[in-house]
Amino acid sequence: MLDLDPGPYGFYIWMSYGLSAAALAWLAISSLAFARRWRRRAETLEARAREVEPGPDGQP
Amino acid sequence: MTQALAFLYNPHRFMAFSAWAAPLFGALALALAAAGLWLGFTAPEDYQQGDTVRIMFIHVPAAWLGLFVYVCLGGASFLSLVFRQALADAAARAAAPIGAVFTALALATGSLWGKPMWGAWWVWDARLTSVLVLFLFYLAYMALRASIDDEAKGARAAAILALVGLINVPVVHWSVEWWNTLHQGRTVFAAGGSRAATVFLVPLLLMSLSYMSAFGALWLVRIRGEVWRRRAAAAEARLAR
Repeated sequence: MLDLDPGPYGFYIWMSYGLSAAALAWLAISSLAFARRWRRRAETLEARAREVEPGPDGQP
Repeated sequence: MTQALAFLYNPHRFMAFSAWAAPLFGALALALAAAGLWLGFTAPEDYQQGDTVRIMFIHVPAAWLGLFVYVCLGGASFLSLVFRQALADAAARAAAPIGAVFTALALATGSLWGKPMWGAWWVWDARLTSVLVLFLFYLAYMALRASIDDEAKGARAAAILALVGLINVPVVHWSVEWWNTLHQGRTVFAAGGSRAATVFLVPLLLMSLSYMSAFGALWLVRIRGEVWRRRAAAAEARLAR
């Protein structure tokens, strides 16, 4: 049966689970944000570079 | 083995692979965590630890992952240093913050278990101290990379530091055998088989697999971010010409 009453150790148990959940959630959010931010930046810069760089005829 | 490595050396193939593998690992991590937490909170109290045994279901996986991620960091640093593989360097850089968080969680949850069980938040025991050193190696790796402006030089210096830090991995693992420690000896991988009761072992292993899958997902996402960051830098350099 599900036992969510940790008795006198509640502080230690819930603090452990809370810290772990918060740290892993932060890691997931920051990793996704990091990847998304650089993906957007790379796509923007690569598109701009394609516009500026000369084509086979020497024109941008 | 060489072919598997060659597959991952290629950034295009890596990006195609990680695009579906990262969400798959993420979903697997959530499913395993749900099963592990359910079994963890339906398990009976331990006869000695009482309810605090439930901290073990998140403390032990975090500690294992802290160590495992460092081995990945060391392996990627070796490939980057010796074979000059850019993707291996991205993998090393991406692993460091994840490993640091797992190690910090191992220390914090261990401390939260230690206070009610040992009567102290911290003791200078061989296992605890060697894990603290592991955490400091992660911090030093990230600080060293951040402190050197030339990215290639910073990567090389940090890779050497990561390889030096590998010496600490067996120390962490064997510390409970080499020294008399307050920290308990090996339980799951003890000689002659696990000493943990099945009712505790199953949620522990499920949570460990969940943490491992979470690491897989996070690592892939962060390496993808690193690849995009380098592509942005390359495009910026082209524009500056």
